[in-house]
Amino acid sequence: MPTLLKQGSRREVLAAGGLAALAALLAPRMAFADEKAVEAELKKLYGDKKFETGRIKLDVPQIAENGLVVPINVEIESPMTADDYVKAVHVFADGNPQPGVVSYRFTPECGKAAAATRMRLAQTQNIVCVAEMSNGKLYSTKSEVKVTIGGCGG
Amino acid sequence: MISRRQFLQATAAASMLASASGLGPLGRAAAQQRLSQADITRFDALGRLTILHVTDVHAQLMPLYFREPSVNLGVGDANGKPPHLTDKEFRAHFNIAAGSADAYALTSDDFVALARNYGRMGGMDRIATLIRSVRAERGDDNVLLLDGGDTWQGSWTSLKTNGQDMVDIQTALRIDAMTSHWEFTLGHERVKEIAEKAPFAFLAQNVRSLEWQEPVFEPRKIYERGGARVSVIGQALPRTAVANPRWMFPDWEFGIREDDIQKQVDESRAAGADVVVLLSHNGFDVDRKLASRVKGLDVILTAHTHDAMPGVLKVGDTILIASGSHGKFLSRLDLDIRDRKVSGYRYKLMPVFSDAIAPDPDMKALVEKIRAPFAADLSRELGRTESLLYRRGNFNGTFDDLICDAMLTERDAEISLSPGFRWGGTLVPGDAITFEAVANATAMTYPNCYRTEMTGEQLHAVLEDVADNIFHPDPYFQGGGDMVRVGGVGYTIDVSKPVNQRISGLTELKSGKPLDASRKYVVAGWASVNQNTEGPPIWDVVEKYLGRVKTVRLEPNTSVSVKGA
Repeated sequence: MPTLLKQGSRREVLAAGGLAALAALLAPRMAFADEKAVEAELKKLYGDKKFETGRIKLDVPQIAENGLVVPINVEIESPMTADDYVKAVHVFADGNPQPGVVSYRFTPECGKAAAATRMRLAQTQNIVCVAEMSNGKLYSTKSEVKVTIGGCGG
Repeated sequence: MISRRQFLQATAAASMLASASGLGPLGRAAAQQRLSQADITRFDALGRLTILHVTDVHAQLMPLYFREPSVNLGVGDANGKPPHLTDKEFRAHFNIAAGSADAYALTSDDFVALARNYGRMGGMDRIATLIRSVRAERGDDNVLLLDGGDTWQGSWTSLKTNGQDMVDIQTALRIDAMTSHWEFTLGHERVKEIAEKAPFAFLAQNVRSLEWQEPVFEPRKIYERGGARVSVIGQALPRTAVANPRWMFPDWEFGIREDDIQKQVDESRAAGADVVVLLSHNGFDVDRKLASRVKGLDVILTAHTHDAMPGVLKVGDTILIASGSHGKFLSRLDLDIRDRKVSGYRYKLMPVFSDAIAPDPDMKALVEKIRAPFAADLSRELGRTESLLYRRGNFNGTFDDLICDAMLTERDAEISLSPGFRWGGTLVPGDAITFEAVANATAMTYPNCYRTEMTGEQLHAVLEDVADNIFHPDPYFQGGGDMVRVGGVGYTIDVSKPVNQRISGLTELKSGKPLDASRKYVVAGWASVNQNTEGPPIWDVVEKYLGRVKTVRLEPNTSVSVKGA
């Protein structure tokens, strides 16, 4: 992974002449998703069902250190027994070209409903995480991640 | 028998008294221009444990002038609160007399006249004298000496020796531990090399390997001092990978990692710590918020934002100390430990007046030895200034105006950008501008002065992005530093607005016309965080410009108009 990272940032620099991060922030602005796109995805999955708060521990940085690989950790509070478990977790980003980031499906045998990955974020935006329980209950939470040009430290 | 509550009140009253005349008897002595070392070291000792804190030295071996900011705005909860006070408000809050030594050390107005009266501040040989004096008074075993970081960067000698000059100084001072920020810009291999070999601890609980999330450095260390067990937890700048070139430490991640600090505190207590100290490079506002959320921290030694406060700030039971920068101050905090708890404290921000403090001979010799190989470069006179040249302040400083002018001229640009660093010394009118003075404002490992094209819209986006880094109402979203300095362009900023709504009225200064969002402008800048940035080092650009103009005369910069403060 580190090698890939290095090459990624280098390619950007060569392409944008030293203002890579800026270009990344500005270039695709017209093609971004928005809150409505995320809502539409949720409607496709769950219709008009209501979401509750709680249960989801969504761990994303406040400020992305590298917008190309932003770490995300999710964990859903659940006994994970045959009659009470987490069926699915979906993650959306409302400022990327496509809102879908990742979907996980769980079974009671998983023992724990937790997952971690990295995602690319094109700009400052909200990460929306929803969890579907075996009894049909839905939970959601959201967290903003700032993607910045960087530079200029004290 | 005095109750703990009464004791705390008495201590608070004592510190009120101490700040009533500024830095105690110093103000009066100063008025008579008879500053003495004894005035600076005088301290009514408390308990057995003394913590000394120095931070953000930025590799300044020699005494220098450093003008504190005239604009230092706080947003959100920090609005109008210390340390976001300047000049008259600062003096009123801390009961400092105008024109006194403390006014000179801590505020900016009347700087030139006061600088002539009170002289330069700092110098590692003077710091060494103060440390030696406290150790002699308290006993070596009762003193803990902590360095908040930003020590290995900021001078020509530190750049040329890869920070070795400062490591030698820290070793000679016998510091116990440090944490870090600009140190990382020496590159991961060099930082690891020093951290592994140094006789002091390099503590940073919040640095992890990217792939495995394993700790890269020792998170904390417990010291037996003053009959107590003191746990020191290190916290590097959480925004290092955003504020500085990530490619210099590509395998490391940072972040505030609040939960992990709590874990460190709890583990410290479980390991028998009587006192838990966060040696932090978070920046003051971040630490103020953190103190309200992490339980069990007795002391936070703040850094990064270069604030200096002649009194502590308490958040709950946590004491916050702000020790300034550039070697201008050394903080002394005495703690009274009873029943394995902090039951009282006494604090003094010791100002390092170089004319009043006798240099420590050993340290003086070490500093001379370090500087000798670079003497010709350091003393080379590039020009003279008729104006006060300073950097610190939220929006502009004359030293950056000089750098911006140099870039416009030497790189034939329409617009220039200079980062809002908070390090770099001050020159008073009549001073020679030596290469050393330029290096003090520019010495770093990614100095290339690029020349590129940007549209008006892109420049606007850059200013908005940087402004949000400083004026986001939640300090956890701030990165420290001041606003990027702009040459050739003026603008209005409303600091109370949210991101992308703060900057308006971008105007090309030469033509007086609004900046065209779609037109491309030639832009020069330096300190890009991107790898393989091309261009001459910024100090060469400034040297060439000074060779052309010889004498610098700068009018006050009125190109940035500030609202919502």
